[in-house]
Amino acid sequence: MKRVQFEHSSIPYLFVAPQIIIIVVFFLWPAAQAIHQSFLLEDAFGLSTQFVWFRNYKDTILSTAWLQAAGFTLIFSALVTFLSLGLALLLAVKANEVIRGARTYKTTLMWAYAIAPPVAGLMGNLMFNPIIGDLYKFLNAIGWDFDHKLDAFDASFVVVLIAVWKQVSVNFIFFLSGLQGIPHSVQEAATMDCRSPTRRFWTITFPLLAPTTFFLMVINITYAFFETFGIIDTTTRGAPGGATNTLVFKVFQDGFRGADLGGSSAQSVVLMLIVLALTVLQFRFIERKVHY
Amino acid sequence: MNNVNWRLLTTHLVLILGMLFMSLPVWVAFATSTHSAETILREGLQLWPGAHFVETYRQVLFVEGGVMKSVLGTTMLKNSLILGIGFAIGKVIISMLAAYAIVYFRFRLASFLFWVIFMTLLLPLEVRIIPSYEVVSSLGLLDTHVGLIVPLIASATGTFFFRQFFRSVPDELLEAAKLDGATAWQFFKDILVPLSRTMIAAILIIMFVVGWNQYLWPLIMTTKEENYTLVIGIKQIYQILAEGGELPQYQKAFALTILATLPPVLVVLVFQNWFVKGLVESEK
Repeated sequence: MKRVQFEHSSIPYLFVAPQIIIIVVFFLWPAAQAIHQSFLLEDAFGLSTQFVWFRNYKDTILSTAWLQAAGFTLIFSALVTFLSLGLALLLAVKANEVIRGARTYKTTLMWAYAIAPPVAGLMGNLMFNPIIGDLYKFLNAIGWDFDHKLDAFDASFVVVLIAVWKQVSVNFIFFLSGLQGIPHSVQEAATMDCRSPTRRFWTITFPLLAPTTFFLMVINITYAFFETFGIIDTTTRGAPGGATNTLVFKVFQDGFRGADLGGSSAQSVVLMLIVLALTVLQFRFIERKVHY
Repeated sequence: MNNVNWRLLTTHLVLILGMLFMSLPVWVAFATSTHSAETILREGLQLWPGAHFVETYRQVLFVEGGVMKSVLGTTMLKNSLILGIGFAIGKVIISMLAAYAIVYFRFRLASFLFWVIFMTLLLPLEVRIIPSYEVVSSLGLLDTHVGLIVPLIASATGTFFFRQFFRSVPDELLEAAKLDGATAWQFFKDILVPLSRTMIAAILIIMFVVGWNQYLWPLIMTTKEENYTLVIGIKQIYQILAEGGELPQYQKAFALTILATLPPVLVVLVFQNWFVKGLVESEK
């Protein structure tokens, strides 16, 4: 930390107290509750509970519904991450090249960041509305028998599209700032050595962007796992038949609609482990970046 | 030479397509919101604004029963502003204080408390939804601004951001302040806070947008319509549209999406440079 510091016994505690108190009350305590409840089974009337070890885990995690949601979440996250990163990288590289209109491009490509996922979800939902949605009509007109209310693939298509749309701008901002961080001397040297812009991109620019890309991958996976709740909740709501349930959406459904406390808690604990894994990944990478 | 021009042309073409992809949906949402329900039902989405702008937005904002059962659009707008601004300010205050203690003081539990703060990164709301609801409910904080804002502001991002920044502040400042006999509070208030102005502005912008866009938390802890934010109104209108009815009010749904979008987008556009700085720095 600092070479020079204050020496006080009580003042620093006063300064950290607000945050620590909130964390204990609203983070640690509920998390502990979730872990505790994941081992309990409550009868239908909530009158008695018993300790059932890992039964909730066995019952929920191994159920077809959960496995289906886990499968969908994985594919969904992979697609959203890959597509939104790819699109954002393409746009950032192009935006970094142009001089005329650079500011306009930059602004129009980044402002969608400010749109909330559920708002994007409702907009997309209406675009795909069977009665008024032109995208729905268009897809059917070109011969795709499109019906996201009944067809699992079509429903997934809608949520992936909206989730990607919502995420492009964040990735764009980070890629552009990464690109602008590459020193001019490096780029000039590369231009002298290699005439093909495509090759220059893959051999010089892309490796230099690797830290940004890696960091963004973690951010995007986290987004696809957690923040897309608002999109799912305003589009498919898991339909048809749970085909577009993400893990988070399912926890919410089971806990509030289904009132299955033990099962929903067990799912929460699994999600905690997933976040833990993602965070470890992120921090190992950040350490690498510091040395690099 | 010809070759170069082609390249430039495709570059612009890609960017224009990207712009359309990102902006067209929002434009269509706006244009459609200014048409009548009948027109939309008959003709579908609209590309150009119609004649019903004033009527629709007046209904949504000022007329009881215009969009929700009882709550006015202006009330939801007010709730959203309270959440956005309260969240941003609360977060800045709480994280600056904590970061100050951790960076500038030598005390026994410093690293332990740092890890406690770090833990919040491992516990996003989504993994503790139901017990969090129970805590807030047992504290009697459902449907209150405190219950809405306070549990959201304790996460670590802001603290990390200021910790990083404070560490980059030269040590000589504290040495000089100490020589002059400044107390810990004076050093914070008179030197560190003024020094962090840009950082504070950047983080306020980001956090306003983040706060405004909160969905899951307000969703589970507001039960009364009068406490809905605009983003929560989105869920309700989804419900209303899903239930159907004789003439679906699509124009109002679109108007609501525009109203929920406009303030955070304006903030981002007006303070673009601070916003980018805040985003890139705080996520690192």
